[in-house]
Amino acid sequence: MHLALATLLGGGGAPVHDGPIAAGLKNFSNWLTEPTRYSVASILAVVGILYFRKFFAQVWVITAFFALSTAYFVFAFQDPNFNAIITKPDNVPIVILFATVIFFSWLALRRAVINDERTKRGEPTLEGELAKQKVFTWPDLVYTELICLILFTAGMVVWSILITAPIEEPAATARTPNPSKAPWYFLGLQELLVYFDPWLAGVLLPSFIIVGLCAIPYLDLNPKGNGYYTFEERPFAIAFFWVGFLLFWVSFVILGTFLRGPNWSFFGPFEFWDLHKLEPMVNVDLSTYFWVELMDKPRPDNPFVREAPGIVALIGYFLVLPPLFGKTVMKKLVEEMGMVRFNVFMHLFLWFVLIPVKMGLRWTVDLKYFIGMPEYFFNV
Amino acid sequence: MTKLFTYIRESQIWKSIFRHGYPDTPRNRTLAVLSNVFLHLHPVKVRRSGIRLSYTWCMGGLTFFLFLILTLTGLLLMFYYRPTADKAYEDIFALREHVPIGVMREMHRWGAHLMVISVWLHMYRVFLTGSYKPPREFNWNVGVILLVLTLLLSFTGYLLPWDQLAVWAITVGTNMARATPFLGHEGPGAALVSFGGIDFIHAGDDVRFGLLAGRFVGEGALLRFYVLHCVGFPLIAATLMAVHFWRVRKDGGISGPL
Repeated sequence: MHLALATLLGGGGAPVHDGPIAAGLKNFSNWLTEPTRYSVASILAVVGILYFRKFFAQVWVITAFFALSTAYFVFAFQDPNFNAIITKPDNVPIVILFATVIFFSWLALRRAVINDERTKRGEPTLEGELAKQKVFTWPDLVYTELICLILFTAGMVVWSILITAPIEEPAATARTPNPSKAPWYFLGLQELLVYFDPWLAGVLLPSFIIVGLCAIPYLDLNPKGNGYYTFEERPFAIAFFWVGFLLFWVSFVILGTFLRGPNWSFFGPFEFWDLHKLEPMVNVDLSTYFWVELMDKPRPDNPFVREAPGIVALIGYFLVLPPLFGKTVMKKLVEEMGMVRFNVFMHLFLWFVLIPVKMGLRWTVDLKYFIGMPEYFFNV
Repeated sequence: MTKLFTYIRESQIWKSIFRHGYPDTPRNRTLAVLSNVFLHLHPVKVRRSGIRLSYTWCMGGLTFFLFLILTLTGLLLMFYYRPTADKAYEDIFALREHVPIGVMREMHRWGAHLMVISVWLHMYRVFLTGSYKPPREFNWNVGVILLVLTLLLSFTGYLLPWDQLAVWAITVGTNMARATPFLGHEGPGAALVSFGGIDFIHAGDDVRFGLLAGRFVGEGALLRFYVLHCVGFPLIAATLMAVHFWRVRKDGGISGPL
């Protein structure tokens, strides 16, 4: 049935011969979505939107954004490669995720901007004004709930009739599909497998995410911004969550779903998923850089001596940085939080920062591992 | 007609169920909420700011509603599904072949995708409005566990159609467990867990083996995931949901400026 949707929008079928503008737009999209540029562009976008939030919080900005995205979507639908990946029934929710996350981020930002301006003028926030009034649950709340429920159910039924749940060939443990992907909500973690070994990307980092989420209320001691949208009263918390959730979670899910093909190689949205696309692996361990390039001798045999530079670097990163920051630039933070909270916060934060650091080093100097001890499955 | 309605409303049966009149007076509106075990989840009165869609996005409510949809459709699917390696695929395939305009599997699948999204958006909203701050710290933690349970429910359900997508997605996912430090046979430190030259952690007894009831995704894993998906995780999730909703009320209702 999703094919009907595709034909409706005019896509699929025979290959299209592009004019110069269409071809240019497609090539640009393929160029921009290459993981390095994609990640850097997303970081710039998040920082830029938060900095120029007054501009981006305007209604016409989001309207223009969705109008342009829809136009782009209709244009891209004509392309068989784009069409093939977007119209996969299981990818429909990812498109919904993309649209809702952007819309709600905008909504929250808009209300934060309005509230911050009101606070500056000494007026109550949007929520503060309404909080004084109390209304009966019956009918004001239950009716809202009932209407939401009915509309939502109707939408679900229509969606379920239009798009049949797919079922592939029966399970065969001898035939590995290429690409083999985890369920879509774990694709952010699968993307991290490009940069980290499974024990980090698949076990330790997810555990830290859960522990970190649980720790948030006990680490964020700022009493402001409880029960209303704001940015200026808690800029670090909001910016941190935007980067963590929007960049390292949602945008990586989108990257993993739409732009990662066979062998987990990168494919632009208009690129054919060629099984034989090979990306050369030229990554180099830190130990090679240190012993071979810097000291100009072969790498020592003893793994602990061999990996000493990486071990020293990471011990310095995790054990020296927190007290160093605590004694200098973050002195006030230590006083407010106390030693225990500060150290828990710093360690979680440093693990978080290690991700972009490693990604950056991979892109710039082809770093493979800080510490590479395959003898003990200990690669960082 | 009016007579008939009045007759029904004054019958002993009606009165035995609803202990208040039509909810158009403050007294009856209060009673409508107080005398109903389901509506009793709500307080009698709420702050106007807390029920605005532009504030709550309705995502917590939708998540709960999706849980109900998934329970209902899942229950119906259980009638037609046998969790064995030679029947599972056949049964799911038969659902599509033999049921005209069948929407139960579709509702279950799309609903499951949506529930993951709505949980994320709910947490996003709660974070952005600072609703995890005192006195709601503990309830945020209950929420984090519910998030994990939602992902586990979805993950265990992913395997059940027993097609290529299912088996290989679970293979990719559970392969991570091999690399668990100390407890997975390819994890750092696993070699240290040995005594007198005997390795305690190997492919036949590490955490991955425990998850899958075998060295690869096979019949043991299917049964294990089925039981967890249909009974284990829903029970835990339902219990924690009760705690979650209870705490929302006890911690001062839907958050708002103090």
